[in-house]
Parts: sequence; C-alpha cells; structure tokens
Amino acid sequence: MRSEPVVQVQALVKRYGTKTAVDGLDLVAQAGVTAVLGPNGAGKTTTVETCEGYRRPDSGTVRVLGLDPVRQARELRPRIGVMLQSGGVYSGARADEMLRHTAKLHAHPLDVDALIERLGLGSCGRTTYRRLSGGQQQRLALAMAVVGRPELVFLDEPTAGLDPQARRSTWDLVRELRADGVSVILTTHHMDEAEQLADDVAIIDAGRVIAQGSPEELCRGGAENTLRFTGRPGLDVGSLLKALPSDTAAAELTPGVYRVSGKIDPQLLATVTSWCAQHGVMPDGISVERHTLEDVFLELTGKELRS
Amino acid sequence: MTTAGGTYTPRPGAAPLPRMIAAQAALETKMLLRNGEQLLLTVIIPTLLLVLFGSVDIVDTGEGKAVDFLAPGILALAVMSTAFTGQAIATGFERRYGVLKRLAASPLPRWGLMTAKTISVLVTEILQVVLVTVIAFAMGWSPQGNPFAVLLLLVLGTAAFSGLGLLMAGTLKAEATLAAANLVFLLLLVGGGVVVPLDKFPDAAQSVLGLLPISALSDGLRDVLQHGAGMPWGDLGILAVWAVLGLGAAARFFRWE
Repeated sequence: MRSEPVVQVQALVKRYGTKTAVDGLDLVAQAGVTAVLGPNGAGKTTTVETCEGYRRPDSGTVRVLGLDPVRQARELRPRIGVMLQSGGVYSGARADEMLRHTAKLHAHPLDVDALIERLGLGSCGRTTYRRLSGGQQQRLALAMAVVGRPELVFLDEPTAGLDPQARRSTWDLVRELRADGVSVILTTHHMDEAEQLADDVAIIDAGRVIAQGSPEELCRGGAENTLRFTGRPGLDVGSLLKALPSDTAAAELTPGVYRVSGKIDPQLLATVTSWCAQHGVMPDGISVERHTLEDVFLELTGKELRS
Repeated sequence: MTTAGGTYTPRPGAAPLPRMIAAQAALETKMLLRNGEQLLLTVIIPTLLLVLFGSVDIVDTGEGKAVDFLAPGILALAVMSTAFTGQAIATGFERRYGVLKRLAASPLPRWGLMTAKTISVLVTEILQVVLVTVIAFAMGWSPQGNPFAVLLLLVLGTAAFSGLGLLMAGTLKAEATLAAANLVFLLLLVGGGVVVPLDKFPDAAQSVLGLLPISALSDGLRDVLQHGAGMPWGDLGILAVWAVLGLGAAARFFRWE
C-alpha cells in the first residue's frame, strides 16, 4: 500500500458569512476507503468540496494527492473523480450521452458500455436526465466520478435516497474500486455504510473531527458492550455482581430488565446463566449488544446521527 | 502500490485540449438544438417574423422591398436570440443544476468551457444565417455591400450579446434569468430596429434606442446590406463598447455556483 496520505487537511477553517462551517478541522486519509461521518450541517460537504478545489480555505492547508486543490487544480483534476450530492448533468442530456461525454474529457477512460451495464443504467434508454428516477441520477453521477479512471474518488452521500438494492450495488462498486487500488473518500450519515465500507472513519461534528479510526477501533474505544436479560423483578443484583469479574457492572434498569456491561465474552455469559440457574431464574430474551458506530456517535456528541 | 490489471485500476489523465473543447462544443450545440424553447427563440420566431412582416404590409418599412429592410434586422435578431437569450437561459440553468460546478472538477479548464460555449453559439448562428438567407432570397432579397463588414458586425454583435447574456446567467437566479432574458428579447425586438424602423419612435427615444446593441447591429447590417455602405464605424463602435463592458462585467461578476 502507498504510504503517502491521499488527503491531508490541517487546521482547516471555512466560514460562510458569520457561520463557521468548518472550525479547525484536521484529517488525514490514507489509501483505501475513508468515510466522513456526521449529521447534516456538520461540515462534511464543505470539507470535501475544499478538497475538490471548489472552496478556498479561510485558513489552514489542504493537500490532495500531495497537491494544493486550488493552486494546482490543473494537475489534480484529471486524477480525481467527483460525485456531487446532486445535479451536475444537463437536464436535457441522456445518461449514456453524458457518461460518454465525461469519458471524452479523459485520456484513458473506462469502457462506457460496460460501466452502463455494471450500474444498471442501460434501462434509461433515451430518457433525459430530468426524467430519470432519483436512483438513476445517483448512479449516473457515480459513473461519471469513476469513468476517468481516477486515483481518488470523492463521493458525497453516494447512497442518499437509494433503495436497499441500489445501495448494495453502490457498496459493491466501492469495494471493487478499493480492490483495484482506487482510494475513496465518502461522506455519509449512515453508520452501517461506514461500518461496511470504510477502512477508516472520521466522525465530524460542528466542523471538527471528534474521533477517527477503523470502525472496530471506534466501537471498541467507546463504552463497553452490554448483555441484557429479563427475569423476575427484584433479583439480588449484588450477588450477581459478586459472581462477575471486578470490572463489570450490573443493574436492574426497569423492574425485571437487567443489564450487565463490561467485556462480554463466553465466560461471562456462562457466569450469568449459571447464576440465573442457581437462583431459579429463567433469563428470557437474553441478548448481547455489540457497540455500533451509532452508539459511539451518540456518546461523543449526545446527538442522533440521522437528525 | 496499486493493483495492476483490474477494471478500475487508476490510469488518470486529461484528454488533449482540442478534443475536450470539441466534445464540449458538440454537446452544448446538441443540447441547444434539442431544446424546444431554444428552437422557438432561435429558429421559429426569426423565421416567422421574416415571412410575416415580409409578406403582409404591417409596418411601413420605407422605400424599396420590405425584405431588404427586414432581412438585416432578422439577422440581428438571430444573433441576439442565440448569443444573448439562448445562452443566458441555458447557462443560467446549467449553473442552477450544478453542471458548471461538475465540469469545474473535470479536466476541462474554465476557459476551455467558455471557448466551447462560444463555438456552440457560432455554429448555431451559422445555421440561423443560412436559414434566414435562404428564406430572404426566396422572398426576393437583393443584399449589397462588403461581406467583411457584415462578418465584423456579426462577430462584434455576438461578443456584445454573449457578455450580457453570461453576466445575467452568472449573477441572477435561473428563473430570474429565464424571465429577464425573454423580456429583454421582446423589448429589444420591438424597440431595437429589428422589424420596426427606429424613426417610428419619438426623437428623444430614438437617440437612446440607437445606443442599444440590437439597434447598432440591425442598423449597421442595414447600412451595409440594404444601402451598400462601407464600414459602419459608429455602429461597430457601439457594439465594441457593449462587448468590452459586457464581457468585462461577466468575467468579474460571474458566479459558477
């Protein structure tokens, strides 16, 4: 793998009037797939659009493939692929026409017919862009981002508004890009998308990166996993605690609902069930809950992602 | 390093500039010719006006055949419809729908895009001039004068109207551009000496109307094609001033998003 980062953002500040959209943001993205995760208005699009050369930083530095996206735009543009959040196509153009045109702007484009086939755009036929469905418009924008065989692709909410099947198909394409050595920066507010696709996740809130790491690292780094079960109300939690390892907590959340939190492993599960057996308790609905990025986000910001 | 041989294995690079510009110009022209409202403006209205005013005695066009007065005015109208109205509306909506933004991230440089737009305008104008000329000849038109002067007028007129059209498209909302470009088209059609001679207006109005780019273009074309004048320097001068002001303001104030 390439050791040089594909994107380096240092102390980026970007204001629109009196509103600070990006507030001293630091982000380093290595080759592979990096997800920029955050709620609406967190500064994801502003950050990505600064990397794409659309916005001039108010302060801070941005390097993409080692280049300044504003001053070295001519050099950078052929090497990146851009999918905007919406639009970008002549309303009177057909999907294949627009994709062929985008291909013509590049020296060694992908085979357009194969790409149309791959993204299921063949059924668009002679329909012009304005009459395509939202999902077809999204897939066309994605195709336009990759057709020039770029080294790095920016996808701004690539699956927003897609049905589950189209979403999976987009995920598959991102995985294929990664396998073929294309780096991807994608913004999303779907945790599952970040967990499924990303090697690295940067969580953004209020214009700053508040956590970054692999999905596993982030989930591990947050609060511990939990085990829940239901039983008779008023069980002696103290005696359960004595049976458990010292760094474990247990509590009766609501009458009859118990939660054990800590390092949940098979040994601990066995301890809990044997304690239940000793006390003549049938632990109904016993479940182990793995920590998700959504939980991590909630803990870090106190906010729901999908606001 | 990257994996070799996959479908998506990076192989970036811009196409050669002339190829990019040619592709862009071809696409822009195709979009324009496919758009019904644009065809109405650039083809149907000029043709209808020429045929209608040339065959029915609605306006007193002075001495000589009506078509000799009308054809230069309709050529001026054709230039305005494409370089100003058509270009303003198309570019306004391209800006609104993120087309300009998306192209800005492509290997095609901005000046390349503007060059392609100009080529597309010129190609459309050539089609219009051929159409108007053929119809006018069928109606018995007998043009005179220096073809080079005509060409110079058409080019300067195109520059002046392009500047104004792009200024509008790059500063107003797409809907406002649509409304304003159509309104200006209508007003200039009536008050710019296209089909109604300027001397039908009061004296005070005439001196102001005469400074409009459409009046300078139709008057200049008429001087040459109808009256066989040499170089209509006054009209060329007015068009040059509009071109410098319009293109200068467009370059200064155009917003790409």
